[in-house]
Amino acid sequence: MSSVTGQRSGVEVRLEELRRTYGAVTALDGLDLTLHPGELVALLGPSGCGKTTALRLLAGLEDADGGRVVVAGLDVTRVPTNKRDMGMVFQAYSLFPHMTARQNVEFGLRLRKQDGARRKKRAEEMLELVGLTAQIDRYAHQMSGGQQQRVALARALAIQPTVLLLDEPLSALDAKVRAQLRDEIRRVQLGVGITTLFVTHDQEEALAIADRVGVMRAGRLEQLGPPTEVYAHPQTPFVAEFVGLNNKLAATVDDGEAEVLGQRIPLVDKSFRPGAAMALIRPEAVKVLSEDADEGVVATVLASSFLGAISRLTLDVGGAGHVIAQLSTADALEHPAGSAVRVRVRPDPVLVTPVD
Amino acid sequence: MTDLSQTGAIAGAVVPPGPPRPGLRARRRRTLLLLRIVVLAVLGAFFLFPLLALLEFSTRGVGEDSPRTLDAWGRIVTDSTLIPAIVSSLQLAVITSVVAMVLMVPTMIWVRLRLPRVSRVVEFLCLLPLTIPAVVLVVGLVPIYAWVRYLTRTDSILTLSYAYVVLVLPFVYRSLDNGLSAIDVRTLAEAARSLGADWFTVITRVVIPNMAQAVLNAALLCVALVMGEFTIASLYNYVNLQVAIAQAGLADANMSMAVSLASLMFAFVLLLGLSFVGRWRRRHGKAAA
Repeated sequence: MSSVTGQRSGVEVRLEELRRTYGAVTALDGLDLTLHPGELVALLGPSGCGKTTALRLLAGLEDADGGRVVVAGLDVTRVPTNKRDMGMVFQAYSLFPHMTARQNVEFGLRLRKQDGARRKKRAEEMLELVGLTAQIDRYAHQMSGGQQQRVALARALAIQPTVLLLDEPLSALDAKVRAQLRDEIRRVQLGVGITTLFVTHDQEEALAIADRVGVMRAGRLEQLGPPTEVYAHPQTPFVAEFVGLNNKLAATVDDGEAEVLGQRIPLVDKSFRPGAAMALIRPEAVKVLSEDADEGVVATVLASSFLGAISRLTLDVGGAGHVIAQLSTADALEHPAGSAVRVRVRPDPVLVTPVD
Repeated sequence: MTDLSQTGAIAGAVVPPGPPRPGLRARRRRTLLLLRIVVLAVLGAFFLFPLLALLEFSTRGVGEDSPRTLDAWGRIVTDSTLIPAIVSSLQLAVITSVVAMVLMVPTMIWVRLRLPRVSRVVEFLCLLPLTIPAVVLVVGLVPIYAWVRYLTRTDSILTLSYAYVVLVLPFVYRSLDNGLSAIDVRTLAEAARSLGADWFTVITRVVIPNMAQAVLNAALLCVALVMGEFTIASLYNYVNLQVAIAQAGLADANMSMAVSLASLMFAFVLLLGLSFVGRWRRRHGKAAA
């Protein structure tokens, strides 16, 4: 996550007990979410978890079956979309094909009856903000996907909305453009200080730019918190497995602790029933020591994956099966494939799941 | 199995085919080009010969060895029934196009955006006239037209536009449906709504401009269909262009052929103009390529 700089402004947004069903399918099941003024909250989750539904209810593009949407203290649940004063960037390219970039950005300003000179100035400012002054008179089909989404962002911000909504705006872009635009969006959002809801299924995007990440599943929030907390301290097995990589190691639970790889580690959920379980351990929580260390269990390095500054080692820990450890490449080079090592786990509270 | 030992490969091994050699590619290109030319020539001849026959007949002089003449073409503008018939057909074409567009464009956009569940019903109703023979349509419309004449207090040929709007529905529907399918109407509408547009603005300033080509296609199809319509006008005893051509053919075959050819060329020019408009719009960025 980028460090937050700049003055915070924007409005508070509250989604209170939001419900939405489509026939027999419950898309949102009593969602409670508050966005603080000026913050960027990312809703993360698999397809069908309700994150886009939540965003569309906030935008007014769909009607809630229950609950309220409150923006800056006002209940806007029954207010039509065009009266909610929110800017939105869509997953699908949404620029109006018959208008140039300038005309697209001016569209909302024209609806607000701004005079020509002001509209022109504002459009130029917004396109400069997203770095597209050179494309100002181009049509959508004359621009790349990344450029189109930048224009869409400029268009959404031009009307000075109270809230910015981003519905998987980077999904249709290739990886390199996605990373660049992701940082661009964050830079612009911090500069403007607008309260923003960002929906994505890509955890890297969510963790990289959000002030808080909400992980959703089956219409409910599983966990909401800063990216470092959601990643390092997942509160449910679903969050642990969805966000980041995990090792699933055989464990024995007893008295609020789990025995894993010969170590006793405290549980996140101390009420978990005693007996056999599977412990979820992050690769970076697995420490690889030299063979002659006086702690840890014996293991053999099966393979090494080079990922740049970090590497991942696949280890055979005998009865515990295979374990993946993540460490710096410099450290990994000391343990080539075939070498014997010792392995221990960082003693942070661990999540466990029932045996499959 | 082919013995590949000469190539150094293991005999009996199956070698996957590589890319064709450059000479083979050029030969294939020439063959395809020749095939295209032959197909176009055959189809072109199929359509061109009847037109040439019309031209030949309409320029024949009186008598066996008389020279070619444009007298029949000249008589088009002096015939007392033909000019009013042409004017009536043009008026009907314009009225039918306008009414069909005003009826269908907002309806189809609204159904696409807000009532997708009824789209199949609308499609069925719009395509129904294709299945009904013109004679049956006329018989079915007789009581309707009794009311039309009673309410409008007129027996003008322009009342045929009611029947023509029904007749052109399938073609208008298909053209507009293709236009709507080519754009992401829902996302464009939602984007416009999020920026503050009401539904009228969404339809008139966002959706319609992006289906302008489809609307133009539909309008010109209406014109071509109305200009070529004979059965309904004839059965209702109105004299439109095609009825006038048929009547002229009984007395002046040369002039009748000349008018037929002229109306065909008019429709051809219209449709050719349509394709040029589409190309111009794409070249000037008004539409995606």
